[in-house]
Amino acid sequence: MQERVRNAEAATDLKVIGTRPIRPDGVDKVTGRARFGADYNLPGQLIGKVLRSPYPHARIKRIDTSKAAALPGVKAIVTRDDFPDQPSEFVPAGEMLINYRDLVRNIMAREKVLYEGHAVAAVAATSASIAKQALKLIEVEYEVLPHVLDVDEAMRPDAPLLHENMITAGVDPAPNTPSNIAKRVEFKLGDVEKGFAEADVIIEREFKTKPVHQGYIEPHACLANVSEDGQAELWVTTQGHWIVRAHCARLLGWDASKLRVIASEIGGGFGGKTVVYLEPVALALSAKAKRPVKMVMTRDEVFRATGPTSGATVRVKIGAKNDGCITAGEAELWYQAGAFQGSPVGPGAMCAFAPYDLENVKTVGYDVVTNRPKVAAYRAPGAPISEYAVESVVDELAKAIGMDPIDFRLKNAAKEGTKAAYGPKFGPIGLIETLEAAKAHPHWSAPLGPNQGRGVASGFWFNVGGETTVQLQLNEDGTFNLVAGTPDIGGLRASLCMMAAEELGIDPSRIRPLIGDTASLGFNFLTGGSRSTFAGGMAVVEAARKVIAQARERAAKLWELPLEEVIFEDGLVKPTGEHAGKNLVLSFADLGRLAGKTGGPIVGNASLTAHGAAPTFGTHIADVEVDPETGKISVIRYTVIQDAGRAIHPSYVEGQFQGGAAQGIGWALNEEYIYGEDGRLQNPSFLDYRMPVASDLPMIDTVIVEVPNPRHPYGVRGVGETPIVPPLAAIANAVEDATGLRFTELPMSPPRVLAAIEAARARGDKRLKLKF
Amino acid sequence: MAKHHIAFTVNGDPVETLCETEETLLDVLRNGLGLTGTKEGCGTGDCGACSVILDGRLVCSCLVLGVEANGKSVETIEGMARGDELHPLQRKFLEHAALQCGICTPGFLVAAKALLDRNPNPTETEVRYWLAGNLCRCTGYDKIVRAVLDAAAEMRRA
Repeated sequence: MQERVRNAEAATDLKVIGTRPIRPDGVDKVTGRARFGADYNLPGQLIGKVLRSPYPHARIKRIDTSKAAALPGVKAIVTRDDFPDQPSEFVPAGEMLINYRDLVRNIMAREKVLYEGHAVAAVAATSASIAKQALKLIEVEYEVLPHVLDVDEAMRPDAPLLHENMITAGVDPAPNTPSNIAKRVEFKLGDVEKGFAEADVIIEREFKTKPVHQGYIEPHACLANVSEDGQAELWVTTQGHWIVRAHCARLLGWDASKLRVIASEIGGGFGGKTVVYLEPVALALSAKAKRPVKMVMTRDEVFRATGPTSGATVRVKIGAKNDGCITAGEAELWYQAGAFQGSPVGPGAMCAFAPYDLENVKTVGYDVVTNRPKVAAYRAPGAPISEYAVESVVDELAKAIGMDPIDFRLKNAAKEGTKAAYGPKFGPIGLIETLEAAKAHPHWSAPLGPNQGRGVASGFWFNVGGETTVQLQLNEDGTFNLVAGTPDIGGLRASLCMMAAEELGIDPSRIRPLIGDTASLGFNFLTGGSRSTFAGGMAVVEAARKVIAQARERAAKLWELPLEEVIFEDGLVKPTGEHAGKNLVLSFADLGRLAGKTGGPIVGNASLTAHGAAPTFGTHIADVEVDPETGKISVIRYTVIQDAGRAIHPSYVEGQFQGGAAQGIGWALNEEYIYGEDGRLQNPSFLDYRMPVASDLPMIDTVIVEVPNPRHPYGVRGVGETPIVPPLAAIANAVEDATGLRFTELPMSPPRVLAAIEAARARGDKRLKLKF
Repeated sequence: MAKHHIAFTVNGDPVETLCETEETLLDVLRNGLGLTGTKEGCGTGDCGACSVILDGRLVCSCLVLGVEANGKSVETIEGMARGDELHPLQRKFLEHAALQCGICTPGFLVAAKALLDRNPNPTETEVRYWLAGNLCRCTGYDKIVRAVLDAAAEMRRA
């Protein structure tokens, strides 16, 4: 069931926006024609493969590639010696920061390997089988070091140090001994001690979550082609090809202008394709071999060496009065960064209490390194973890004071004018609207059967803007080409064409979109931060308005009329005033045909940094059934209610809601990185890292709430990330409702749930509600 | 080691190629024959992105050796549309917005066609269990399941 709830102020005179046309790239994708990262090939290409560390922590004493180099068919080998060292410096990359000193070490280990799967060397050879044989001939001498995997253990004073010189940042005075704690962050509003003193009920809990992988179905892949004069082309599956260019040019010491990056179709990213792994390596191999080099990761490599997001420990304490007013909220977060600093603990801390209008709130976060792959952004990075903890305690508090959990949230909900703990004052936001829609939804009042439970949770994500460039070209026959620079992962091209079509008064099928390469447009920030429809839309609207302005100028020139007497209406340029209705009218077909004679091709260019991204709130309702014999939890009904600002193509907005919910359900119930004592990943396959499949899920109902973003020409808010935030707590709250037991550790997988049920039975726990 | 000569049909057309012993049918289709519509998501038979129909049976082509295809018939995503006309499943996937990134789509379509070929009137549960071997990380399956049920209904009316 799909519904929309429209804010009364929203304009309804739109012709294209809000409809559901077939996406322009659709036929290519249902016929197998669309080319993804691994689908590109060049004559004479070599195959590149990476040698990876078998140890979670070891010093590299020696690398000898001579035997591999002597193998017939091997054309190039690279190791740490092929990448110049970089200074320590943080630069923004997506929603995370990148330190090139760390990045150069992550793409190719230098002094030490810091996780199992860390790249140590790479080979390019004339076939995959020769490349694999060559990897076996590379001799690496390791001095194995003690490792640490768990965030709590990594913070102990006697823990093995990953980086011997790392001093915790953000602590005053600075500690005088190094540790695995890279950084401390704090966000504070009011006085939490005073707030807790005013509370009638205080609940404090500690939560643990496991690292989970973005799980895109397409492994990382690229094809590099470097010529003798240093000109290079790179075909790659990425969320941002300008970012790939920036990273690769920096790591290789090349001019950005010499590297042209072409984004392939991308088979899912979810944040995981915002950084580089293979790309600089393939370029370095190609530069050495002077032949094209293709590299594709195996799924095993994807699990061991890319992503995931942080595992974490979170402590949350919230106090409320008996009337339901929250008086104070406090959270401490310890997030695993993996081998190099840069976990999403900052955004996690900022988001934790964002759905609430609180006077007294404090969040403190710690970024902790461990011997695991360096985390990458994953859909609303950091937020699902902290908001899971807060929304679980909120649920418990509502029950403790005897209030309906939606009413409790409504009483404390952030609204326009609320000052968020992380700084800004919210503009118009739709949290209350989603809560009211949840309360009114038939799901909320539907009956439940035995061993079933219902949970609700809200969620928040900021959304971002960023640099965006588009070009809209009027063709000689009146059709248009739209060149954008943000890879289309889930229907972006459809949405951009629809906004352009709305402006131009034409059918969206008249506009053919293309994702341009880094040499064909100005800089584009990546597809991430739920920004591409928001920021791309701003640029497209500006470009379309420029086309219209040129169209009016051309007509004025032809008709010898002052510009102000020429109007644009319903896709046509017409005279106004005394000349109105004189049978003078120009269509885009006319303008395209006459362009050469009236001043040259008509092109709308827009290049801007999008400001005014508005935050998005959602509320999810989950029903679960718990099998007391096996501990298996089944999601039997699920509803996503979220503010979209304005849904351009509602089907793809619903798709974001449903896909985010499914990922959150996987995070809550099954997905986790499982390591052995030896520091090696034990489940690097889709068989053992179990993401939800079709038979695990029910239909996912959606309600699109539309509280327009006043800073966007059509009211758009980003919608992609918020949907993964509420499911963790919504499911945990539903499980508590079904079982009487509060799970503070994810995933709630069958063995963990069964153990908790059996322990509760053994101790005669009165809370246990299950029927056996 | 010498390569093997294999001959089989792909979407009705005879093909001949050489493959190494360790190469899978997926490798042969993608690298040997340039049919890149069939995707590799895992290489271990866990994601279904490489689904093809081999002598009438739905298989993961990453779990079949290239040499095993010798003398057999293979149907891939490239053979699903007939001329200008998309298969009803392809059309319904588009109408229902049953794809986002599209990497899993060829595998889902091939698997769904195999289902409808043997069961023209599946229930939602049957669709979900039949497609449980195909992973999609974008959609949460809702729109995929609806598209398959709608295509089945349309094909029954035809």
